[in-house]
Amino acid sequence: MPLSLQLALAACGVSLLAACSPLILRGHTMQRIALSLLLAMAGLLAMSAGFSGLISGGGSITLPFGLPWLPLHAELDALGAFFMLVIGSLLFPVAVYSHGYFRNEQRITPLLVFMPLFALGMMGVVLAGDALAFMLFWELMSVSSYFLVTHEHQHLENRKAGFIYLLMAHMAGLLILGSFATLYAAAGSFEFAVMREASIEPFWASAAFLLAAFGFGTKAGVIPLHGWLPDAHPVAPSNVSALMSGIMLKVAVFGFIRVVWDLMGPGDFQWWWCALILAAGSSSAVGGVLLALQQHDLKRLLAYHSVENIGIILIGIGLAMLLAHFGHPMLAALGLIAGLYHTINHAIFKGLLFMGAGAVLHSTGTRDMESMGGLIHRMPVTAVFFLVAAISISALPPFNGFVSEWLTFQTALMAPQMGGALLMAIVPFSAAMLALAGALAAACFVKVFGVVFLGHARSKMAAQAQEVDGWMQAGMAIPAIFCLLLGVLPVLFIPLIDAVPQMLLHVSLADSVHAHGWLWLTPVSASQASYSSPLALTGMIIIGGLVFWWLHPKGRVIRRSRMWSCGNPHVNARMQYNATGFSQPLRRIFWGVLQPDEHVHVERRFHKLLTTKVRYTVHVGDLAVKHLYQPIGRLTLSIARWLNTQHQYGIHTNLTWTFVTVILLLALFA
Amino acid sequence: MSVMASISVQLFQAVLLVLIAPLAAGFVSTCKARLQNRRGAGVLQPWRDLRKLFAKEVVMAEHASWIFRFAPYIVFTATMMAASVVPALMVDTPLSLTADVIALVALLALARFFLALAGMDIGTAFGGMGASREMTFSALAEPAMLMSIFVLSLGAHSTNLTTMINHTLNTPVMMQPSIAFALAAMVMIAMAENGRIPIDNPNTHLELTMIHEAMLLEYSGRHLALMEWASQIKLILFATLLVDLFVPWGIAAHADPGGVVLACVFWLFKLAVLFVLLALAETGMAKLRLFEVPEYLSAAFVLAFLGLITHYMLEVAV
Amino acid sequence: MIISFAQQLIDGLAALMLLVSFALLAQHRMLSVLHWFAAQGVLLSITAAVVAYSSGHDELYASAAMAFLLKGMLLPWLLWRVIRQLHVHREVEPLMNNAVTMMLALAITLFAFHVIHPIENISELMTRNTMSIATACVLLAMLMMMTRKKAITQVVGFLAVENSLFFAAIGATNGMPLIVEIGIAFDVLIAALIFGVFFFEIRNTFDSLEVDAMQASLVDKDDES
Repeated sequence: MPLSLQLALAACGVSLLAACSPLILRGHTMQRIALSLLLAMAGLLAMSAGFSGLISGGGSITLPFGLPWLPLHAELDALGAFFMLVIGSLLFPVAVYSHGYFRNEQRITPLLVFMPLFALGMMGVVLAGDALAFMLFWELMSVSSYFLVTHEHQHLENRKAGFIYLLMAHMAGLLILGSFATLYAAAGSFEFAVMREASIEPFWASAAFLLAAFGFGTKAGVIPLHGWLPDAHPVAPSNVSALMSGIMLKVAVFGFIRVVWDLMGPGDFQWWWCALILAAGSSSAVGGVLLALQQHDLKRLLAYHSVENIGIILIGIGLAMLLAHFGHPMLAALGLIAGLYHTINHAIFKGLLFMGAGAVLHSTGTRDMESMGGLIHRMPVTAVFFLVAAISISALPPFNGFVSEWLTFQTALMAPQMGGALLMAIVPFSAAMLALAGALAAACFVKVFGVVFLGHARSKMAAQAQEVDGWMQAGMAIPAIFCLLLGVLPVLFIPLIDAVPQMLLHVSLADSVHAHGWLWLTPVSASQASYSSPLALTGMIIIGGLVFWWLHPKGRVIRRSRMWSCGNPHVNARMQYNATGFSQPLRRIFWGVLQPDEHVHVERRFHKLLTTKVRYTVHVGDLAVKHLYQPIGRLTLSIARWLNTQHQYGIHTNLTWTFVTVILLLALFA
Repeated sequence: MSVMASISVQLFQAVLLVLIAPLAAGFVSTCKARLQNRRGAGVLQPWRDLRKLFAKEVVMAEHASWIFRFAPYIVFTATMMAASVVPALMVDTPLSLTADVIALVALLALARFFLALAGMDIGTAFGGMGASREMTFSALAEPAMLMSIFVLSLGAHSTNLTTMINHTLNTPVMMQPSIAFALAAMVMIAMAENGRIPIDNPNTHLELTMIHEAMLLEYSGRHLALMEWASQIKLILFATLLVDLFVPWGIAAHADPGGVVLACVFWLFKLAVLFVLLALAETGMAKLRLFEVPEYLSAAFVLAFLGLITHYMLEVAV
Repeated sequence: MIISFAQQLIDGLAALMLLVSFALLAQHRMLSVLHWFAAQGVLLSITAAVVAYSSGHDELYASAAMAFLLKGMLLPWLLWRVIRQLHVHREVEPLMNNAVTMMLALAITLFAFHVIHPIENISELMTRNTMSIATACVLLAMLMMMTRKKAITQVVGFLAVENSLFFAAIGATNGMPLIVEIGIAFDVLIAALIFGVFFFEIRNTFDSLEVDAMQASLVDKDDES
């Protein structure tokens, strides 16, 4: 058994051990230490499994347990190894962070059981070598995360969110099961190795693709299947939200790539699959960020950003599918790498953002951005890490988010003309949507950072916030460093990911990426496009340093004074721009898409010109919920109600129904 | 030898760009003044302003954080980094591989990000207002910008400025409607990005519709000077970018002194023409209502997209 | 790839034609709609002249002159007079958000390209590239008729459809026979005159030139009778 697989199985074993530890350990501190220590170990093991799997390849074994006639298989290939790396690189910092975060947590035992199980489920999905193991661990992941979401089940809101989550997770599971069933029908075995070799008819391939796309799309939160996501993420404990948003959504991406790219393969692709994925990606990217901009609950906002980033990942993968379908494997590899790079980037910076949000929540006791402000003075370290993540997610150099978006742009720009007019337009159009999403994300994070950390405190809680402890700071420091490293040294990291396109497309980009040395990232060739993050960073440090040094002769102190208030002496914290105000222009511009529910209530006394009070309320609902989920819910309810009345007609009606059913069945099968 | 020469040209070009930037801004406002029958403060006025501001003391609000204090340096640095990547005098400069057009746009976006954060830091209504509007409109400008870059890169199959310039220089001159559309879109975006009329008025310092200046209201002394300088560099950068992408003729191919001096003359001439046109446009146009700006930007997007379509309809099909 | 200058010119004119069609859709004010409409007429006449020069079809010069006089001058002037004399509210009132209309227009243009492009390849004419643009212009003008409230904008849309068809004819077959063209031109002129007369009549009857208002008024009348 190769080392990488051993490490991966060890990571799973450590998680299982962690889940069992409350059987022995009783004290709060002991439990906390066990959780963070074992999860951190699992994370490190998963990371090293990922690295060694990507570098030296993996292998597969038949596990000694399972059903007697259906043994379970574990396998670690390049794709699995990459996602092990993704899981490990966030699991480790989150484990460190949890040690501080759970300090004041009263009921730690359920978390101690379900967090490791959740991690185990995700790693198991990635390691699964057959459909049975995949589904088993998939459900383990869904169910354990349900218990994590409803951890604070004393609030009705949390139970509701948990229910919707469970419902949609199981619907997704059912669809994925259908997809595997279709593949099983073609291959005659649940083993992935057999499925890979089997050929499948185009019609059934399309069926399997659609089932997989909708199933994994639901779990990944692609618009319009994202209904559970903005409710479930905010109510879970923040470190769990970090894991859910950072890795669980990526596991869904993994599942999609596994089924569509690996088990079926580029030869089965049809052009409309690619167009569908591109359209889904573009609409998720723009829709997610537009909805995120309208939120004032910090964690809900971040949840919508997950929708956006899944969209960006899908744009990369969709471009890759399109290029692979039309026979440009090199460019397809570039698109795939762009998608995967964004996968790991998003895992890291979104994990960091949720941890930062958790720190803020921990200190202020609220998720509502409208009562924060000025936290940069009270929580300087958290603010720095949050800023790093905000720059990364806004796709700005020199951090990592920019690299993956840049690669996606390059893929779109280099795509030659393919197919008819629709495809001709959809590639640049999705690139434009990506640009829009990236720029709107920047706007959104100016809003988040500006409203939460800058300005004056808007409430007492915010004014008295305390910096979080060292463990939480350390937990946030690790991904922040990853953000910088992945942003500055993409040339060293891309050859690692390159194993995945090598496995799926049998082409390698490592040579052309490396062609100009480690300084320059040149996806295809230097004359087409190049970006040198180290040089840009060094250049900026040199220029900035020179300017600072030149402008800062000793003895020139900065005079502090009151802020300029246009002559009005009564300026208070409530006069600042808040989150709702910041996004007002966009609300107005995208009125048709957002359909906000706005009310202005003006109170007047004595005369219509003498206004005493103005009250403005706005609620931006989710259009998908309004026009898709609620109608489906109503339809289900009305059918149930109809059935209910049928039930109450008495024995004769019931007998008649039974009789009609029997007759119908006979007619159908006779 | 040739490496040294090209490095020195690179340095010369970057310094020239940064030093000329205030003069360019002065040139535009002088042209505008003349067009409006005023005398104007002279081409050198922005330089004098900068000198004065650098000498003045910095006054900062009591609770301003380090973001506010360091934002001017970050904004200036990112803008200057972007400016040193753009080939103004010579193609294939040592730094030109550092960033292609997209990375260039992203560097400017980094500057804007910190500018907007600085606007939010003090917690005045004006700062937040400016930040909100700036980020909103720049976000809407982004797809149009990318789309026009897309159209331009279709011919050259590249987003590297050097390759794009070489492509334009090496293909025979002919009428390409797609390029014309891309040019129109790019000009519209450049006006918006630099906060010129009809989007924002660069001369205003206190009115409710201002965008860029609203974020700078709290700045003083050398910090204000850096911010102003950065926006002047940005203007000349966009002008150089337009020149590079659409009329690159005259740019030097090698680092020989004669060619570089000639390229310098050509470049200055083209910039002057462009800025006179800018002054004319600014004098002739009124500022748009705030909520007509999205329509302006979507028009730019439609133009760029038309460029793309006409490229396939008219230029590829032949 | 060297393309003859005339070809480049025609391609450029076709692109401008597309631009004008979009501009017509994007305008807010009646007066600027008329300006762009006039520009379309002038463009048409220039195109006809260029094609006439490069292909040697002399009767196209006559078409060009006619397009210039009729479509570039006379019709816009007539419509302008109607607007001025009827004091039609000078804003164009769209039924849809302008940005949405623009996105729809882009989609339509792509569709036209998608449909016409395979046909274009059959043709050998120098002007064949313009076919898909002409089709797109026809569809865009129809979109304009669909999405505007005012009867006058609908008439402009109708005339723009005619312009685009004329453009298509130049592009596809180097123009229609002169006699047909003259016939059509007079038809259009007469149609415009009749429209003009109708506007006055309609205004007297309904007190409005908005199509919706007319319909509402008719429904009222039905209720009364």
